[in-house]
Amino acid sequence: MAKFDENPIIKDPAVNGVLRPPKLREHASAEVRCYPSKPKDTSAINLPTELVPDWKERAIAKFGELLEENQALRVYMDICVRCGACTDKCQFYLGTGDPQNFPVARAELLRKVYRRYFTPAGLFPDLGAAADLDEELLQKWYTYFYQCSECRRCSVFCPYGIDTAEITIAAREIMASIGVSTKYVTEVVAKVYSTGNNLGIPPAAWKDNCEFLEEELMEETGLPIRFPVDMEGADVLLVPPSADNFANTDTMIGYGKLFHFLGVSWTTSTYCNEGGNFGLFLNFANLQKVNQRIIDAARMLGVKTIIWGECGHAWRAGILTPTLSGPMDMFDPPYPYHISQFIVDMMKKGAFDGRIDKSANDEFLVTYHDPCNSARAGQLIEEPREIIRATCNRFVEMPKGTIREKTFCCGAGNGLLTDEIMPIRMAGGKPRAMAVKHTKANYLATVCAICKAQLPESMHYWDVPVKVGGVIDLLANALKL
Amino acid sequence: MSTSDILWTLLSLFFIGLAYFATFAFIAGLLWRLFGYLRTPMPLPHALTPAPTTEGGSILRVLGDVTLFQSLFKADKLLWGGAWIFHIALAAILFRHLRYFTYPVPGLILYMETVALFFGCLFGVAALFLFWRRLGLPRTLYISNIPDYFVLVLLGLVAGTGLMVSYWLHVNIVDVKGFILGLMTFHPVEVPRHPLFLLHLFFVLTLMIYFPFSKLLHAGGVFFSPSRHQPYQVQVRGKRYVNPLER
Repeated sequence: MAKFDENPIIKDPAVNGVLRPPKLREHASAEVRCYPSKPKDTSAINLPTELVPDWKERAIAKFGELLEENQALRVYMDICVRCGACTDKCQFYLGTGDPQNFPVARAELLRKVYRRYFTPAGLFPDLGAAADLDEELLQKWYTYFYQCSECRRCSVFCPYGIDTAEITIAAREIMASIGVSTKYVTEVVAKVYSTGNNLGIPPAAWKDNCEFLEEELMEETGLPIRFPVDMEGADVLLVPPSADNFANTDTMIGYGKLFHFLGVSWTTSTYCNEGGNFGLFLNFANLQKVNQRIIDAARMLGVKTIIWGECGHAWRAGILTPTLSGPMDMFDPPYPYHISQFIVDMMKKGAFDGRIDKSANDEFLVTYHDPCNSARAGQLIEEPREIIRATCNRFVEMPKGTIREKTFCCGAGNGLLTDEIMPIRMAGGKPRAMAVKHTKANYLATVCAICKAQLPESMHYWDVPVKVGGVIDLLANALKL
Repeated sequence: MSTSDILWTLLSLFFIGLAYFATFAFIAGLLWRLFGYLRTPMPLPHALTPAPTTEGGSILRVLGDVTLFQSLFKADKLLWGGAWIFHIALAAILFRHLRYFTYPVPGLILYMETVALFFGCLFGVAALFLFWRRLGLPRTLYISNIPDYFVLVLLGLVAGTGLMVSYWLHVNIVDVKGFILGLMTFHPVEVPRHPLFLLHLFFVLTLMIYFPFSKLLHAGGVFFSPSRHQPYQVQVRGKRYVNPLER
């Protein structure tokens, strides 16, 4: 059935939903690479369009700059003792067996260069485990730093908290500065600047879709559930992942029903109808620029507050907003505010008392997938569970080592959701698929658009019959409007 | 003056020089590196969540990692056991070494005499375990590099020679103490005439010089790891995390 090379993927079954560390298979995923970026995209987002001639010098200079400006990177370069605690924690190693996918091995790709140019060990490269930055190593950077989903799982287990995500972010920043980046990520960032969202949906299509949803819901429920677009003076600007309006429409319907039920005046913005910030996967300048659009959109519409929709990366970047884009004092606190936090706050105020019919979700045995970004970067672990417990009778957790702070990435986060690296996506999705299979759940709830795009494919590949959907979808289902 | 007297005098000069150099390199190197970590800004909030929301909570989190190796406990129970015993034994041994640096010796250190051998052996066994793990597990074998082996061998040599001069080929403790107190009061005297002890001293001084420029810096660096030492800070609590580079 698969239309891609399955050699990088290990097929061994899990035991009680948990994968054992596989045997090492050197170079198993060495040939799986993202397509390189196209000049039209990179030029649109202020990056070199091709490998610059003096790339080596510029890469090292950029590296030096980052070391001066980033405590995490500087400390993480030095203090790893190679104890091996992280070696069996990465989903991409568990799925491929390629030892370069050990978090520590991935980080060593950068550390080698650090030692060579920034420490005394560089004087004795062979003895000091240091290495020149050459074409071969750059190729490895490109391969393996784009086989990391920056999910931070390794950091949970590291005795020093070394976060490979930060190392990958630095490596991608260095590569972007010399003209090495992937087509998928640069294309998406370029689309945000031209259309306001990652999918490249033009404003007219966004409006059409919202009207379509209104008509459909009118037919279905007989209620005037609105999906306002660019409504000036609304109380709430909702920043959903744009996929919610096209692929995961149940989630979009969920927002509409929720705000209708609560009587909240809300709107989306066609200037910024995207929470997911792909700048995070590329470089700091674009992270900041994309994030700024949210604040600008909110100011333009004069809203009172911003609510982030169900998207992991959006939330990871969202909590950085006060740092990236300045104080948010002009908005009503709390901020940044996530839709799950909003729902739980409303629940505590009693807004849903007696208005939720849990039995509406009885056909589902629900399990919850913690998106890596919301769980490990956004402190969002209890809220989605509270909503599920309040709206479903049948909720089951996956095995202990695969949820909450120890959750596995869906396998396609942080710039990997692209078809040319399908073997990596399916391999990386394996630990999650095995854990879901173990629960026998038929509804996999999550609060991330990337997860919602990757999980149906990985569940299908690993033969797990389960419907993937949002948490708010369940609430909307059970809500007595 | 006999030939051997000349030899011991030269050796003494060498060791006295090396001891001062090593102490300087250790302290200055450590301060330089740790100050480097301290002054490097962290542009963005970086706490690994779930994280404490207060400064106090994050201090406890770091201390939990420093004293109990909590994160490692989550990762690998066997490694946690080995590593924790290794570090506790090391701490006990270092503490007991204060008897060579203090006069009069505090009572607590004297009481430790009875368990010193126990900790010495424990350290050796734990070091052997860590070495075995590095070599015996394909995953750790793959990631180990020459500095990793160098440190373990060096620590093993320090421990081995140390145990030997304490419990087998005894070194005259009065000589040792005289030598060390001499160094500390800047009135250096001749080294103890005990080749094995000098070997022990040599390995220790090498370790001290190597320390600030190696992965051994994890001992100080762990306090500067932003994923752990940062509380979860967003504007939610009325506090904005400001990018230090933009201040």
